[in-house]
Amino acid sequence: MQIPDVSSTWENEINSVTIGATEEEGGTRSRTVTIGGETTMPYLHFEGTMPNHPVLAFEIWDVLPEDWPQITKEPFGDVMGNPVEWAQKCEEDFEPDLLSLRLMGCDPYGEDRSPEEAAKTVERVLEATTLPLIIWGSGDDEKDNEVFTLVSPAAEGENCLLGTITEDNYRTLAALGKADDHKVIAESPVDINIAKQVNTLALDVGYDLENIVIFPDSPALGYGIEYVYSIMERTRLAGLKGDRLMAQPMLANIGGEVWKTKEAKINAEERPNWGDNRKRGPLWEATTAFTYLQAGADLVIMRHPKALNEVGRKIERLMDSGGK
Amino acid sequence: MILIGERINAGFSDVKQALQEKDREEIENLAERQADSGADYLDINMGAVSKDPDDMIWLIEIVQDTVDTPISIDSQNPDIVEPALEACNGDPLINSTTAQDEKLEKLIPLAVDHDASIIGITSGEEGAPQDVNGRLEYAAKIFTSANEYGLEVDNLFIDPVAMPLKFMQEQASNLLEAINQLSNISDPPPHISLGISNMSSDASEKSLINRTFLVMAMAVGLDAAICNVFDEKLINSVATAEMILNEEIYNDSFIETYRMG
Repeated sequence: MQIPDVSSTWENEINSVTIGATEEEGGTRSRTVTIGGETTMPYLHFEGTMPNHPVLAFEIWDVLPEDWPQITKEPFGDVMGNPVEWAQKCEEDFEPDLLSLRLMGCDPYGEDRSPEEAAKTVERVLEATTLPLIIWGSGDDEKDNEVFTLVSPAAEGENCLLGTITEDNYRTLAALGKADDHKVIAESPVDINIAKQVNTLALDVGYDLENIVIFPDSPALGYGIEYVYSIMERTRLAGLKGDRLMAQPMLANIGGEVWKTKEAKINAEERPNWGDNRKRGPLWEATTAFTYLQAGADLVIMRHPKALNEVGRKIERLMDSGGK
Repeated sequence: MILIGERINAGFSDVKQALQEKDREEIENLAERQADSGADYLDINMGAVSKDPDDMIWLIEIVQDTVDTPISIDSQNPDIVEPALEACNGDPLINSTTAQDEKLEKLIPLAVDHDASIIGITSGEEGAPQDVNGRLEYAAKIFTSANEYGLEVDNLFIDPVAMPLKFMQEQASNLLEAINQLSNISDPPPHISLGISNMSSDASEKSLINRTFLVMAMAVGLDAAICNVFDEKLINSVATAEMILNEEIYNDSFIETYRMG
């Protein structure tokens, strides 16, 4: 019996977004990273093309992350708490595609660092490293707007990816991103309708859809990942079918979600039958990342070097498979 | 939904006057406003004012100098359609052929040769049938002819003919049934198009009739319409219907999103 050919072709492609700028482009990065550009659902190379490899970023903070589990701290030794050295170590020892700096120190309920301090931190990290940079605020809308007002111009020319704009807070960061030529992350809480709405709002204030990366939140494996999987799948299908508000590359930021699950962090003494958490934890992070890659993630932000290494090898296999 | 802006038609007095007096500005204005209102094609119809291909080309060139929206050449006369096709940038639409052999034989090859799309009206030697089967028979004839000449199915629009509700009330339900059946004529089906404004001809509440019928027709497979794109309520209804049919993903600003294209 002849097996019917059920392959699909799509008329539209996902936007390509480049992060980082080399010296010739007005920045100081050693290279740039381009994501997106797909004309197919993920890894179906027989239906279309994925011109850019999905990429991996390491998460670093501007302050010591007290609540990270011990096994996520061990690979970095004593450089945590010093964002410059931490970033350098990530870049030199573990070779991610990008660095992702979260300015958690600016949290008004934490250290409440000033926008001036944050801008200085960003400048120092940029001076000490060569990879393209993603910069996140602390998550407090009001403070993040103040922080990015200084951080964005401090990184002018570097073509960073700044996050995040949301349905309730988009004007300031969209304006800064436009003024200083940065890309922005459009965040929506596990809700495709809001994902589309945030992009509409950004477009409405004059921010270019070609410069947006969609972030639909990234619950860990076992904690609602299937909801986001289907949202990412629908988003990508809509983009390929020609909905230009859904044709953006997508990002998964998984470290914070994975490493608060008991499956990733409980040690072997507490749960002997769960096995060694030094293997189990990174495996949980890697499996979460694999799932998002299959859902269409173009950029995954991770914490553990072992997990990052494993996922990097997986991406190579998926990209080289020719769809088989 | 593919919207074909109907307004550059010399049946309207302003266009008639502009064509007679060669007033570019009036045409530019209509082209720009229709493009801004979301038209996917701009229909150009010289009505009874002119049969001169040069006048058609004059109109086409003004529209193309003003906007990028593709042209819909509203004529069944090959002597006008062919030079008009030559004058068009991009991929135009021929509006239209009937199911009569002498028209199919000339107009469909013209469409194929110029990478154009074409609307086939379910009307033949004996006029436009009012029942469902008569419409389907002519549609099948047009479809077969298009297939024989090698026209891509995506370049074929079938128009099962809207008739005035006020005078032929029973036609509206026949038309809906014909659209429903046409949407199964092939997989994928050709586009199905209508001149929506015919539905409300000489009636009161024209806009309400047009948008109500358009939404009902979309639900059974209509995916193109020659219509008044300046009718804001009509366009808002299209945006809403596309979401209800799950062709677009909902967001709170969906009207604005639709207009952003």
